[in-house]
Amino acid sequence: MDLTINGTVHTVDIPDDMPLLWVLRDVLGMTGTKFGCGIAQCGACTVHLDGAAVRSCQLPVGSVAGRKITTIEGVGDTPAGAKVQKAWLELEVIQCGYCQPGQIMSASALLATNPQPDDAAIDAAMAGNLCRCGTYVRIREGIKHAARS
Amino acid sequence: MQRDPDPTFAAGDGLSRRALLRGTAALAGGLLIGIELPLRRARADEPVPVGTHFNAFIHVAPDDTVTFTLPAVEMGQGVYTSQTQCLAEELDVAIDRVIAAHAPADQANYGSPVFIVQATGGSTTTLAWSGPLRKAGATARAMLVQAAAAQWGVDPAGLTTENGVITDKASGRMLRYGEVADRAGALPPPANVALKDPSQFRLIGKPVHRIDTPTKVAGKTVYGIDVMRPDMKFATPRISPVFGGKVASVDQSKALAISGVRQVVVLDDLVAVVADNTWLAIQGLAALAIEWAPGAHADMDQAQLWADIEKASEGPGVAAVREGDALSKLNNSNSTGGTLFEATYEFPFLAHAPMEMTNCTVHVHDGACDLWVGTQVPGYAQAGAAKVLGIDPAKVTVNNHYIGGGFGRRLEADGVVTAARIAAHVDGPVKVVWSREEDIRQELFRPMYHDRLKARVENGRITAWHHRVTGASIMARWLPPAFTNGIDIDAVDGAVEIPYGVADRLVDYIRHMSIVPPAFWRGVGPNSTIFSIECFMDLIANKTGVDPLAFRRGMLDKNPRALGVLNLVAEKAGWGTPAPDSPFGARRGRGMALMSAFGSYLAAIADVAVSDTGDVRVTRVVVAVDAGVIVNPDILVAQVEGGVVFGLSAVLHGKITFAGGRVEQGNFNDYRILRIDEMPAIEVHVVPSIENSGGIGEPGTVILQPAVANAVFAATGVQLTRMPIDPAQIAKTA
Repeated sequence: MDLTINGTVHTVDIPDDMPLLWVLRDVLGMTGTKFGCGIAQCGACTVHLDGAAVRSCQLPVGSVAGRKITTIEGVGDTPAGAKVQKAWLELEVIQCGYCQPGQIMSASALLATNPQPDDAAIDAAMAGNLCRCGTYVRIREGIKHAARS
Repeated sequence: MQRDPDPTFAAGDGLSRRALLRGTAALAGGLLIGIELPLRRARADEPVPVGTHFNAFIHVAPDDTVTFTLPAVEMGQGVYTSQTQCLAEELDVAIDRVIAAHAPADQANYGSPVFIVQATGGSTTTLAWSGPLRKAGATARAMLVQAAAAQWGVDPAGLTTENGVITDKASGRMLRYGEVADRAGALPPPANVALKDPSQFRLIGKPVHRIDTPTKVAGKTVYGIDVMRPDMKFATPRISPVFGGKVASVDQSKALAISGVRQVVVLDDLVAVVADNTWLAIQGLAALAIEWAPGAHADMDQAQLWADIEKASEGPGVAAVREGDALSKLNNSNSTGGTLFEATYEFPFLAHAPMEMTNCTVHVHDGACDLWVGTQVPGYAQAGAAKVLGIDPAKVTVNNHYIGGGFGRRLEADGVVTAARIAAHVDGPVKVVWSREEDIRQELFRPMYHDRLKARVENGRITAWHHRVTGASIMARWLPPAFTNGIDIDAVDGAVEIPYGVADRLVDYIRHMSIVPPAFWRGVGPNSTIFSIECFMDLIANKTGVDPLAFRRGMLDKNPRALGVLNLVAEKAGWGTPAPDSPFGARRGRGMALMSAFGSYLAAIADVAVSDTGDVRVTRVVVAVDAGVIVNPDILVAQVEGGVVFGLSAVLHGKITFAGGRVEQGNFNDYRILRIDEMPAIEVHVVPSIENSGGIGEPGTVILQPAVANAVFAATGVQLTRMPIDPAQIAKTA
């Protein structure tokens, strides 16, 4: 099976029903995408599939072959991803950081389609991403900061 | 070389936080919130170049790269940055030449001045380590200057340092630290070194950018769960769902039929599946047919647990504070006038639920053991693995990592011990990762607490006070010297020293253990003691018809720092005006709380809206903080913001309950933590202070909970006494 991840084609020999999360982490060693709940409740595993934010823990890899996958390791090469990462550093959004790859992927997918999101749009796009450190104040500010940049 | 501890941090003072706070050297620095953040950063997660060790913390390479080995671990609270600020300040190095490294298990060099053991927790890092690290930096700087002076044949007093360069002002000659490091490292460390005057600080007190976030934002940070070793296998465990239960039988056939499932490890109380990747291990575990022998605790349920702690609270307590004769004044209605008040508050088990679930990579080989894990207690991890493997602790190497959220959970080494027990049966390295369900159900929970308060009020003041705390002792297991004469200093923390002036006071403690092992949880003891005190204050104010702010102010005449934060929060939140309208609910309320704990003073005001069905939305939280001298003001604000959110999850949603001996929750759908669309606005106001540094990781969580409960009381007229908030009790019945 060929997977296009961050613009690079990876050929892997794996069952179709294996979630993309585990292909990334355990087979390809791309550990930036995180395991948080396994049931699409926390968003730590968020990646982009053709630019849209999806939970990779619930995404059978057989359904994504041939489609464009972007992970935290590659999102900085997209305009929205670069803006979000920069804003995250300028505002020091991050604490432990474990959920932040997922937060950044959700935030950059939001900004790619809605360059000036209001609070309601931020809530809608980000409510699926849990942060146990409680960085939500700065996540919201970070998205607005990135939108202004 | 051995760390030479600053005598003001000597642990012989005893283990009370207050004693340590009194011993903390004052760091006087200015608050500079609002200035442009310095953009140069130190680095982390990089290899350490060859060079010279000056002490356990500082290493200088010939290319001037400085490596700091940091004793307190980074789990989001920002201490890799604040510790780096302290070291770099006194060493006089440019922060972008610094690499931060994780400390190994080594209690002699990295044991906490507060806990003695090597542990990061309890909001102690700044008060414990800022002094010793500054001294370590100043000592290394003095040795570098001495070496340069010897090379030039001049008096070291005439040399200055800046950004890792030594200058002889008289001749204009310069030497880089890297050029003299080898020679300097061979010198004996000076017995005494002067620390910088705070007016000279370049880094301490400044909102220096965090050193750990550039790799985190890029997804490159390696947490324990991200470790990859050559020829590593992956495993996931299932542990007896009932405490004390055993494996009765396991049918492994379907699991072993899955291609890529390598092995099933069956131990007394758990089963683990070992496979080529985590997903296959999860599939294998699901395919096992496990019969459990549940043992003696299969009937444990939550109603019985509540009844047990209630009953225990009636038994004799051990006095932690006895001032005056509170009992006779509270029990004898003829002795004095005034009015008696009484209330009871109850607190559930809580899971920490850090986003990085329990995991540990272990390689048992040749009578030794290598661990890769993120832990708050490297020494306990080392000792725990050594014990179950039956080997010398010196044969266990702990490779520590960034921690994906601790909150007290990584103060326990149970995951390391379980992983080592599994790995002992596996050929080669194995990464053991808990599923979220297993992680929550096998937690070591914040214990249940039961607080009973009684007070006599005369002329608007509390004149006699009895606070009884009933709950499990964590210290008795975790740090036995901190459990003496029947008192757990953590369980009664927040109750022993209160901000209010009360003449006759009794605080006592009843240790009540259940089969559920208790553990520290962000906010620790003060979560329940201060919640109880502050809700009781509002109850009394309400029943006596006094404004809660005025009632508190009337008993703070001898506590200017507490009064200061209370006045500041009242001003900033607009106390005296109603909470604003909210589409969430017609009933609105504003509540306050005040605390003094961890060496810091905080006051908070929360606004809530309550729907007809009793759902609570917190719309705004204003916090005032006096935490003494601050190393990094931006990190301090972030800790308060995060602490508030942690407290919101607890007060609105947090409970772990038992039925049939089993934990009823298992993932974020039934153990809810706050989401961004439930967030209030949060404002943090900091009082400039030259007092000793206090802790700030815990207090935001502590102060938020009673502020919200008091706001709900104001909105509904109902004071809820068992946490979390139960909508059924505040739903509109009409």
